Amino acid sequence: MTSPKKKENHPLLKITGLHIEGQSDDAWIPIVKGVDLTLDRGQVLGLIGESGAGKSTIGLAAMGYAQPGCRITAGEIWFDGVDLRELRRRERRSFRGVRIAYVAQSAAASFNPAHKLIDQFSEIPVEHGVHSRADAEADAIDLFTRLQMPSPETIGYRYPHQVSGGQLQRAMTAMALSCRPDLIIFDEPTTALDVTTQIEVLATIRDIVEQFNTAAIYITHDLAVVAQMADKIIVLRYGEIVEAANTRIMLSDPREDYTKSLWAVRSFKKTAAAPEPEPVPLCKVEHVTAAYGDEPVLHDISFEIHKGHTVAVVGESGSGKSTAARVITGLLPPLKGQVLYKGDPLPPDYRHRTKDQLRQVQMIYQMADTALNPRQHIRDIIGRPLAFYLGMRGAKKEARIRELLDLIELEPDAFIGRLPGELSGGQKQRICIARALAAEPEFIICDEVTSALDQLVAEGILRLLDRLQQELSLAFMFITHDLATVKAIADEVIVMLQGEIVEQGSKISIFSPPHPEYTELLLSSVPEMDPDWLDKTLEERKHLSIKSADQ
Amino acid sequence: MTQPIKTMGESTDAVPPPIRETSRFKNALQELKKAPLTAKFGLLVISAYIFVALFAPLIAPYGESQIVGPEYEPWGHFVLGTDNLGRDMLTRLIYGARNTVGIAFVTTLFAFFIGGSAGIFAAILGGWVDSVFSRIVDILMAIPQLIFALLLLTIFGTSIPVLIGIIAVLDSTRVFRLARAVSQNVVVMDYVEVARLRGERIGWITLREVLPNITAPLVAEFGMRFCFVFLLIAGLSFLGLGLQPPTADWGSMVRDNATLISYGDITPLLPAAAIALLTVGTNFVVDWFLHKTSGLKS
Amino acid sequence: MGTILKLIAKRLATGLVVLWLVSLIIFSGLEFLPGDLAQEILGQSATPESLAAFRKELGLDQPMHTRYLKWLGGVFHGDFGKSLSNQRQISELIGVRFANTMFLASLAAIIAVPIALTLGILAALYRNTFFDRLINVLTLSSISFPEFFIAYILIYLFSVKINFFPSLANISPDTPLWDRVYICLLPAMTLTLVVVAHMMRLTRASIINLLASPYIEMAKLKGLKKARIILYHALPNALAPIINVVVLNLAYLIVGVVIVEVVFVYPGLGQLIVDSVQKRDMPVVQACSLIFAATYVLLNLTADILSIITNPRMLYPK
Repeated sequence: MTSPKKKENHPLLKITGLHIEGQSDDAWIPIVKGVDLTLDRGQVLGLIGESGAGKSTIGLAAMGYAQPGCRITAGEIWFDGVDLRELRRRERRSFRGVRIAYVAQSAAASFNPAHKLIDQFSEIPVEHGVHSRADAEADAIDLFTRLQMPSPETIGYRYPHQVSGGQLQRAMTAMALSCRPDLIIFDEPTTALDVTTQIEVLATIRDIVEQFNTAAIYITHDLAVVAQMADKIIVLRYGEIVEAANTRIMLSDPREDYTKSLWAVRSFKKTAAAPEPEPVPLCKVEHVTAAYGDEPVLHDISFEIHKGHTVAVVGESGSGKSTAARVITGLLPPLKGQVLYKGDPLPPDYRHRTKDQLRQVQMIYQMADTALNPRQHIRDIIGRPLAFYLGMRGAKKEARIRELLDLIELEPDAFIGRLPGELSGGQKQRICIARALAAEPEFIICDEVTSALDQLVAEGILRLLDRLQQELSLAFMFITHDLATVKAIADEVIVMLQGEIVEQGSKISIFSPPHPEYTELLLSSVPEMDPDWLDKTLEERKHLSIKSADQ
Repeated sequence: MTQPIKTMGESTDAVPPPIRETSRFKNALQELKKAPLTAKFGLLVISAYIFVALFAPLIAPYGESQIVGPEYEPWGHFVLGTDNLGRDMLTRLIYGARNTVGIAFVTTLFAFFIGGSAGIFAAILGGWVDSVFSRIVDILMAIPQLIFALLLLTIFGTSIPVLIGIIAVLDSTRVFRLARAVSQNVVVMDYVEVARLRGERIGWITLREVLPNITAPLVAEFGMRFCFVFLLIAGLSFLGLGLQPPTADWGSMVRDNATLISYGDITPLLPAAAIALLTVGTNFVVDWFLHKTSGLKS
Repeated sequence: MGTILKLIAKRLATGLVVLWLVSLIIFSGLEFLPGDLAQEILGQSATPESLAAFRKELGLDQPMHTRYLKWLGGVFHGDFGKSLSNQRQISELIGVRFANTMFLASLAAIIAVPIALTLGILAALYRNTFFDRLINVLTLSSISFPEFFIAYILIYLFSVKINFFPSLANISPDTPLWDRVYICLLPAMTLTLVVVAHMMRLTRASIINLLASPYIEMAKLKGLKKARIILYHALPNALAPIINVVVLNLAYLIVGVVIVEVVFVYPGLGQLIVDSVQKRDMPVVQACSLIFAATYVLLNLTADILSIITNPRMLYPK
């Protein structure tokens, strides 16, 4: 059941001169500044850009919709020969859900908690008078099956909170397909998912788009993902188009410097090999078992971190990688096992550790925003550990603060008197690094320090950390879910799953086969820039499963 | 140390415009200019009340409880007439500003000191301290405030220190809830964890890490609590259980002269209006302040 | 359904514990009464014999826990003891008055709840319009007015100026229902004005909060009609917060009634507790406090239980 395709001579979607403004403090500021794009039937367009580039806003505008606090000020949005902006509210509404559908980033929040999935699915066809309720339900089961959801006949009769995140994302895709629209807007549909779930959802989305010959706008900040999904790509920055081209051309031959810099991000590699390990490891975790209340999170894990080495701990959410860091810092005393620092056991609870023991292990957090007190000036933030641990005062302290700011490549005069609110995300993370360095530690735990940053900025932080390691022979415990980062900076790698260590060893040994099953799954699920990656991977997996079925 | 290299990475990273220290005062003034009419009205009312309260003896034509003429004199010779004992109404109103507002203010201060510090400590310390404090507050709040106040006033009798003590303790339960809730939002922040892991003591964490980040909601709450306490004390006085004669007090002034209303004389409404005006003004200012500090939500 | 029953049972149990602790606090009030109660009541001239006899009659010669159990046992049978000031049975004093108070509060609730909910939902839907701002200023003012101010303004307007309603709300047990409503209309209007403002502001806030959720945006993007978005997507989720707002305000009404009863000389429980506080008639104050507190606790308990059973996450566990 596809909608009648009349005038085939014009593109499905044509946006010209789109301007959108957003409200901030009583004033309207431009978010999208004159964007043009066209999309043909069955084509997938990737919109890519860093946060604040305006990609979601453009995606919603393609439905003739502006979020509360935003307004479309100029431009034309031609959908199948009709300018959506010129339509009356009721007519515009008749397009939504039926001919243009939307898949949101967080399915968990975008499904109404009070209604069953099937009710929310059927609502679109029934309310718009496309199908009867019975037909819609039958269709839902069909779509659930095609999207490879478990028990497709019954899953629709559950409430959203009874279904997992990956399944909800599929259910939302099914819902978008309920009226077989001409165009679907996918707004970062896999960002909230773990990599091993992401690959499955990506595969089903692509399949379904091909099966129904649906056009799509795929919005993401992840280059490797867009490379798999899109026929053509538009790179956005500050609400303007930087470059637009077919996917393969864009990947192999980017024109603009900004695009090139985006593509180049993953090229960073650690500059020097790790020093020979010293006989006594800097930090040693011995048979640690830990739990939050009654819920066990770590099961008998052991590992070592040597001076000057970077140990990357990888795993998906819930694997216990951050909990391991909490045990080392003493925030979560373990049930069993102990943590040794330079051969001596550390008291399990940080409250019982000496000032010097606390000084030696420093931590840098994922969200620099919440790791810096917004009411303290940079001078006080960096100065406090200097005064607290090293007893520095007055001019000596001031001089050292400036030295540290130099070290993290921020101009001391310009930054020392600022508040965190007056810094960019990357600069904040640098201040966090400076605060950790102020304690003169030998060991720093980095908990997802680059995941909240845009790629280029993240790259800068990795370079800085690498340089600091060379200069100060620091040891890093680098917690991350991003394997590209691991490849870039790790000396040793620890792979965790459900509170246990699946595999650990040098980076080379971890990244070369043979792998334990989970490592294999994890590694092969990380999208690569190659536009054929998804096909290849799925093909390989199919072979593997056939093979294992044969055996 | 090597020569610092400016990374290109920063260039893609949007930096918010700097706010210089010197311009903050100017900013505040500008905000004030942009404030809605209601907030300006509120600020004007509050300043007027503070002025009257401070300079009551200078402004008032007579002494606080001086009998100046016959009872219930109409408006005229005595600007607003006299009360049930022949005291000058205007004088009583002016002194009322000092007594009623002053006592409500002091009570609110105490309530904030008790409830605020307990709430912040409960949030920072967590564990059993938090549980014990929270349970006590739950129980105290299970009895309606006015009823509890009546019960306690029966036990301890009515005098100004008792009144302040009882209401401060009862109202501190509300302050506790708010202070605990907003502190908890701050306590989970990584920068507090950083301070804990650095080995900072609770004093530093309270004063330097938590308190500066909860001043805005606390200030707003102070305004609201003040209104509430003010209305409660006025209510008790109206019931004859608050400030005791001969202290001039708006609540009891309404009560003492209420009979006049049945004769169509609105004089007894004046002290009530004085109460209402101040709470309206304060609420307007708080509303604007909340709107500003919550980042234009609502 | 097992978990939800467990949750409700748990909430009921804590409610009972709270009630018990409240009774303990109220009872122990008598213990902290400074000075000798018997002396205070019988006066300085009382002979030691009569003092002792009086203490025995009150049971003051027994240890505290015995008296508490006796008092609590009495309360369960509706026996609150005797008034100190006039020696009457307290249960006689409060019976009719409690009914009167409940009548007044219910009348106010019947008027206030629909008005507040309608205004609150409208203000949320037409947010930041002139209507919304006007409502905001009006309700903010109304919250700021002392109850007795509103009461006297109404008296001045409706009974002094146009002589429409009586300024005193004098009812007796044999006043017919419609006369009662008429007589109580002015006090009920006072309570309504006070409570509508609170309820309306809370309703508005919770609806606005709800309308900002992603699933409402999703509903818009599904091209649904506004009415369907409100009725099907917003309302089921708004139920819990609205019920909460309503019940909390009913609890507030029960207390707000005290001052209004005094202004209108209405023969209710509020009037009685104020009189008794002035006479320091502790047993009566205790009895009234207990009734007020119990009503308040029970209303809060109802609010919690209703919000448990209107939450789909609780109703349909994983």
